[in-house]
Amino acid sequence: MGATRSFMGISSRANARLLTLVPKLICVLLFLSSSARAELTIEITQGVDNPTTIAVSPIAWSGAPLPENLNAIIEADLQRSGQFRSIPKADMLSFPKSEADVFYRDWRMLGTEFLLTGQMEQTLDGAYQLTFELYDIVSQAKILRERVDGSASQLRDMAHFVSDTVYELITGIRGAFSTKIIYVEAFGSERFKLMLADADGAREKTLLTSKHPIMSPAWSPDGKSVAYVSFETGRPAIFRQEISTGQRQQLTNFKGLNGAPSWSPDGSKLALVLSKDGNPEIYVLDLATRQFTRITRHYAIDTEPNWTLDGKGVIFTSDRGGKPQIYQVTLASGRIERLTFEGDYNARPRLSPDGKSLVMVHRVNGIFHIAAQDIDTGMIRVLTETHLDESPSIAPNGAMLMYATKHRGKGILAAVSLDAGVKFRLPSQRGDVREPSWSPYF
Amino acid sequence: MFTKALKQSMGLAVVMAALAGCSSTSTTDPVTSTTDSSAATSSAADTSSVNSSTDMAQNLDTVFYFDFDQSVLKPEARAALVAHAANLKASPRSVRLEGHADERGTREYNMALGERRAKAVRDFLVLQGVNSSNLETISYGEERLESSSDHSLNRRVEMK
Repeated sequence: MGATRSFMGISSRANARLLTLVPKLICVLLFLSSSARAELTIEITQGVDNPTTIAVSPIAWSGAPLPENLNAIIEADLQRSGQFRSIPKADMLSFPKSEADVFYRDWRMLGTEFLLTGQMEQTLDGAYQLTFELYDIVSQAKILRERVDGSASQLRDMAHFVSDTVYELITGIRGAFSTKIIYVEAFGSERFKLMLADADGAREKTLLTSKHPIMSPAWSPDGKSVAYVSFETGRPAIFRQEISTGQRQQLTNFKGLNGAPSWSPDGSKLALVLSKDGNPEIYVLDLATRQFTRITRHYAIDTEPNWTLDGKGVIFTSDRGGKPQIYQVTLASGRIERLTFEGDYNARPRLSPDGKSLVMVHRVNGIFHIAAQDIDTGMIRVLTETHLDESPSIAPNGAMLMYATKHRGKGILAAVSLDAGVKFRLPSQRGDVREPSWSPYF
Repeated sequence: MFTKALKQSMGLAVVMAALAGCSSTSTTDPVTSTTDSSAATSSAADTSSVNSSTDMAQNLDTVFYFDFDQSVLKPEARAALVAHAANLKASPRSVRLEGHADERGTREYNMALGERRAKAVRDFLVLQGVNSSNLETISYGEERLESSSDHSLNRRVEMK
């Protein structure tokens, strides 16, 4: 089961598109400044009842101390998924480097289900090579051997690649540990920043700083751009920014609301909100032709659009029924269908990547939670126990979602699994953080 | 005592009835608004400094507050706005009406609520005879909170 994966060169097995994108993104991280210490910290507040036990044996390496602690990154990734519990290093009877060192009985006695070993080497030109193996302790078998290469600045990415591989092999779900998030950080009402960070909060960097509010960031489906609302011109307008170059374009300049940009699945259009024709309506902007097409015609508030997976419809918030509820419009026919019927406030809809769940802000007894509604049955599950929840954004593997809430008076990000079994918080050490947008796969 | 049907028909009537009555939250004029389509609004001579001092001399409120989920003007707001309208008709100047919401609920929906409130103030001034091209409405939704503890201080329109 041998395979090689390289972030720098050509691999024997991976997707060529993915390989060309990843090095570009990594070059970007080198070019723009990033702080050495993560500003977003992770506090896990809940895990599943019976997590899978895994021992992450210290990676064998005989060189000078590495600039990153790959073991810690891998363990934190798996822990953050809520589905794993790692064996503390102090409990390990040995630190196996490869199959010859693995005594299954020792690990069975610890209650370990899986064992991960790794060996790091460095080539003459300074590249790092990590060979890792996964052992199924119960079956007493090696089930994975793989190698990943990278430069010193790519050590975190190599660790996340290990986490993704192990996670997918054991759970059957594609890992999202190599993804990123964009969010807004606010310092009172005086300073606003648009931030980019790894999904674990590391390597954050500033995309935009402003004295004026920034809102509603949205990753493009190709992961290269972000659309957002900025008040820098004196009133809200929608901008698009290329992440690698920082180049910006103002896309709207209407009086009234310009808000809630949402990319179509093929990245060619933005659904957005304008009130230029008298009240907030949904429009679609064709990015190539710069033509606006009006989608809704109703005197109520229509806002917060999000595309359906096939690109043929838009779901949105509307109070045309008196209170905010979620509706869907079919673009070709203009037909409108109401989707939510439970509760007096349902807003800010997002569809899960498998199209089976509608995630939204849902008010219960005056408290705003994040809830998921099953598209087929209509059943609603409240996912969060926090209050004043808003802005849910779903990971590209559909397993977790991140949202904004308040904790001890401060704006923080938080995450919850779609089955609500796993919860963690991401407070910032500085400002209020909010409006997370989870990246696509790169 | 109004019956429910009568209340609804009043709510569906023109903006004037909606503002004057005690019915639903919607104060949006279904007829296409003319104020937002024109580009420049700076028409009259800039006498803003003179008028601010007039406001201050009269001790007029320039911040108007709203109830939860409402964009209906309260009686004290209406009283102050009548006086503002008189000043603005006597000495026209550009006015910026900034609408806000409290932090409950979603951010973009709150942008729309803030706009509703700003437009409620604008529409009232227009009814009093103020030239609509001098009135600009901007919403900040919940992006510029006045208070992190008292929701009622955030549900406001600021006149500048």
